[in-house]
Amino acid sequence: MTNHWRDFRNSDVILVIGANPAENHPCGWKWAHVGRDERGTRIIHVDPRFTRTSAIADVFVPIRAGTDTAFFGGLVNYVLEHELYHEDYVKLHTNASFIVAEGFKFEDGLFSGYDEAARSYTTTTWDYERESGPQGGGGPKPGLGQGTTSTTPTTAPSFAKVDPTLRHPRCVFQLLKKHMSRYTPEVVSQVTGIPEDKFVAVAKEFAATGAADKAGSVVYAVGLTHHTSGLQIIRGAGILQMLLGNVGIPGGGVNAERGHANIQGNTDNAISWEILPGYLGIPRPGMETMADYMAKVPAKQLRPNSINFFGANYKKFLVSQLKAFFGDKATAANDFGYAWIPKPAQNSSWLTIHDEARAGRLDGIIYGGFTGVTVGPDSRRMAESIGKLKWLVIMDPLPTTASEFWHAPGVDPEDVQTEALFLPATHWIEKSGSFTNSGRWAQWKHKALPATGEVKDDNWILGHLFRRVRDLYRKEGGALPEPVLNLFWPYSDPGNPGLDELAMEVNGVDLTSGEQLSTFTALKDDGTTSSGNWIYAGSWTAEGNQMDRRGTDDPTGLGFFHGWAWSWPLNRRILYNRAGADADGQPWDPTRPGLRWNGKKWVGDIPDITATSTPADAKGAFIMTGEGVARLFAPGNLTTDGPFPEHYEQTETPIDNLLSGTRRNPAAFLYEDAPASFADDDAEFPYVATTYRVTEHEHYVTQNVPYLVEAMPDFFVELPVELAEKKGISNGGRVKVRSKRGEVEGVAIVTKRMRPLRIGDGKVVYQVGIPVHWHYAGGKGEGEAAPMMANLLTPYIGDANVRTPEYKGFLVDIEKA
Amino acid sequence: MQEVSRRQFLQGAVGGGAAGLAAFGFDAEAEAATAEARELKIQNATETRSVCPYCAVGCSMIAYTIGGKAANTQPVLVHIEGDPDSPINGGTLCPKGASTLQLALNKRRAEHPMYRRPGGDKWERIDWDEALDKMARWVKDARDDNFTAKDDDGNTVNRQTGFAFLGGATISNEEGYLAAKLMRGLGTVYLEQQARV
Repeated sequence: MTNHWRDFRNSDVILVIGANPAENHPCGWKWAHVGRDERGTRIIHVDPRFTRTSAIADVFVPIRAGTDTAFFGGLVNYVLEHELYHEDYVKLHTNASFIVAEGFKFEDGLFSGYDEAARSYTTTTWDYERESGPQGGGGPKPGLGQGTTSTTPTTAPSFAKVDPTLRHPRCVFQLLKKHMSRYTPEVVSQVTGIPEDKFVAVAKEFAATGAADKAGSVVYAVGLTHHTSGLQIIRGAGILQMLLGNVGIPGGGVNAERGHANIQGNTDNAISWEILPGYLGIPRPGMETMADYMAKVPAKQLRPNSINFFGANYKKFLVSQLKAFFGDKATAANDFGYAWIPKPAQNSSWLTIHDEARAGRLDGIIYGGFTGVTVGPDSRRMAESIGKLKWLVIMDPLPTTASEFWHAPGVDPEDVQTEALFLPATHWIEKSGSFTNSGRWAQWKHKALPATGEVKDDNWILGHLFRRVRDLYRKEGGALPEPVLNLFWPYSDPGNPGLDELAMEVNGVDLTSGEQLSTFTALKDDGTTSSGNWIYAGSWTAEGNQMDRRGTDDPTGLGFFHGWAWSWPLNRRILYNRAGADADGQPWDPTRPGLRWNGKKWVGDIPDITATSTPADAKGAFIMTGEGVARLFAPGNLTTDGPFPEHYEQTETPIDNLLSGTRRNPAAFLYEDAPASFADDDAEFPYVATTYRVTEHEHYVTQNVPYLVEAMPDFFVELPVELAEKKGISNGGRVKVRSKRGEVEGVAIVTKRMRPLRIGDGKVVYQVGIPVHWHYAGGKGEGEAAPMMANLLTPYIGDANVRTPEYKGFLVDIEKA
Repeated sequence: MQEVSRRQFLQGAVGGGAAGLAAFGFDAEAEAATAEARELKIQNATETRSVCPYCAVGCSMIAYTIGGKAANTQPVLVHIEGDPDSPINGGTLCPKGASTLQLALNKRRAEHPMYRRPGGDKWERIDWDEALDKMARWVKDARDDNFTAKDDDGNTVNRQTGFAFLGGATISNEEGYLAAKLMRGLGTVYLEQQARV
């Protein structure tokens, strides 16, 4: 989230799309209800199903699953065509004025540089036109723009050209306008199934938040990300919010509601193949030295008023991290151990890992609290993949579908040669440590109970594993032992590293004075500071654990609560808050002053920029980009599938793409044998299915909780009344749902909450809803003949950029069981 | 409607109960019940601040335990509720959060390490030393057998592709960081967690 849970209270209009917070995030979502009661916050809900969120919304908009790019494209087009954007904001805080190089093209659903055989783009034409300044040659010197603008040049050859009038035919604003002009209300209606008049009414209402003193929020969850074009859907939301001037203000933002207690924190801390802690890119082959890495990975300053804080300080963050990883063994002489960080050859995400297992190229997997088979997609294929491993280790408090994979449907234990270890791990309540919520607030929890039996902490298991592996390398040698032998392990109990010690390591320390750091601006690139994760610098300072604070003061009345817990970065509660103020530093809406320049310093929230830098010096709110502004056009290799969002149909779709001849996302990676398991059209599988959760369920673990199983006791399938009538299915009867990959069976919930939609030239589409929850590893699914695992149905394909699987909007058939 | 205090309400409830019980001949028990108001189960409990383990709202919680302070005793978890001081949830919890006691104290929890042999149809008990020795051997062999120091183009890559680590999303920042540090230290490229799926 750019904003946070409590901030929903500050919105004028909340657009909820691909999410059902009243059901799935009720205690955070209630602040929207408070907003509705206190200030008349309007709530618009866009979803394939009428849900508990729809029930409290002012407007419900039914949509065909997977067509959200077209919906956002339509909104962007409406805002541009009717000139409802926040013009001053757009000029000040976006790259609308940047001129795009001449080679950039878009034609029939494809951007320039597409290689059909490789199913990928060469992105060199997706770039800005550069200034040819008087200095000639070379980019900005390293070290420029480090947090202040006083040392930045006013021009450089590598800077992007701009047209502040936004009239240049190749400026981002004009290209965006042209690109989105195809998303007319009529076309959007035909693609999404939203009646045209309803779409226009919603566009009008949300576009009204483009007024300087209005705040609109976009709230989403995995309903937007679980698609082959998921990243571009989110880009669409971001572009809309930037045009309306809704980012950086109280009550605004692009707000992802995350589904697990510390999914945000473990992304920040980089249990993710492509990053190191703090969103530093994993080095790639060819980046032989840190100098190579620094030349290629960090953003370069692209405009004179860009602070480019991230790009300019990247080396300080990486060197400090390597000091935390390798301690005294990371020195200037050995490039701080940079060579020891692995360089992946290929995408190494979840789908790839299990594909490697399936191909027999992986020996083992360690699952630390992860129920592999049912997470899917295509659970049958997942079980097959895991069964090809030599070994498997599960660290978990409870049995999971990964630990019991040899009991998966269709698997005979005798055929599975995988050796497995189940290592019982502690629950959250049996240990301390911090969880970071969706709003980036890191809260410290305290151990309330001791572990029972032989149950051990995850850190105890990993600590003892490490010591054993290190001993083996000492005794036997082996492949490159140095990083193993040199891994910095200063913990008072090396077999169970302390959570407080780790939190202090993550925060960072001045190695000369031994003092805990209070900010990442104190980090250095000479090896005299250490910090495991720069964005958490300030979380455990010399004053102690900031994540454990319980202050309840709210002096601004805007709900920042700076004294409660701690949020990254630097306890900032609204990201990009500088953009919530105009060129003179005054808030766009004086009644909601997120940040204000008082003549001497910035007051309100913790500012993006140095607290005392003047508004004239500090125009660039977007300190993480080289542009210094937000990107309506995403240049270069920031994406794999295009600088602007473009609608493609889902992998499995009942209709051709009405916007171009390119039917599906042309850059989505196809895994071996997977395409044969996709339905080409809707002849055999005519209905669109989508998966979701209910309030009593959290993914899978809650099937172990008796109260919750009692409250929501069975697997069911939601389907429209009209489809039920057509198929002779009665409410409460049993139904089978079948995709090209598998079949599930459950109780039919026949409901008017799911309405048939009309798409294209009037084709009727029925949608079916399937909750994710039940499985065979203990609980309801155990021993029952009928499979209840929603992910038996889903296709093995992911987003073109980040490979998040397409769990939503695939095709099925349904019949009475 | 006349306001009823919490005390009056409890008395009324107990009285009604007594009348109901009297019909079945339980007068003595009913009298005892009305004579002594029930103590709150958290009256002598220790309060510990926690955070809900489910979704990412991050509801602040209070866990109530009794005992565990004397030698050779363990605290007993008796109740979990929302933390009323929290600006995030203001004391509220959803059905999942309100039933976390049953997640913590769960009869399905594994109590000791277990091993499944190739082709086996059951888990067998194993002690921690043996389990960790086995795991360490698997990890080292997978790393040694699948380690690439230089790729075909001569680039230094120092990666192991022998095993993957997939982390959950209910481990803390500190545990997640340690896992990432350890796995990168071992040269692991296959490192993922719940966020992507």
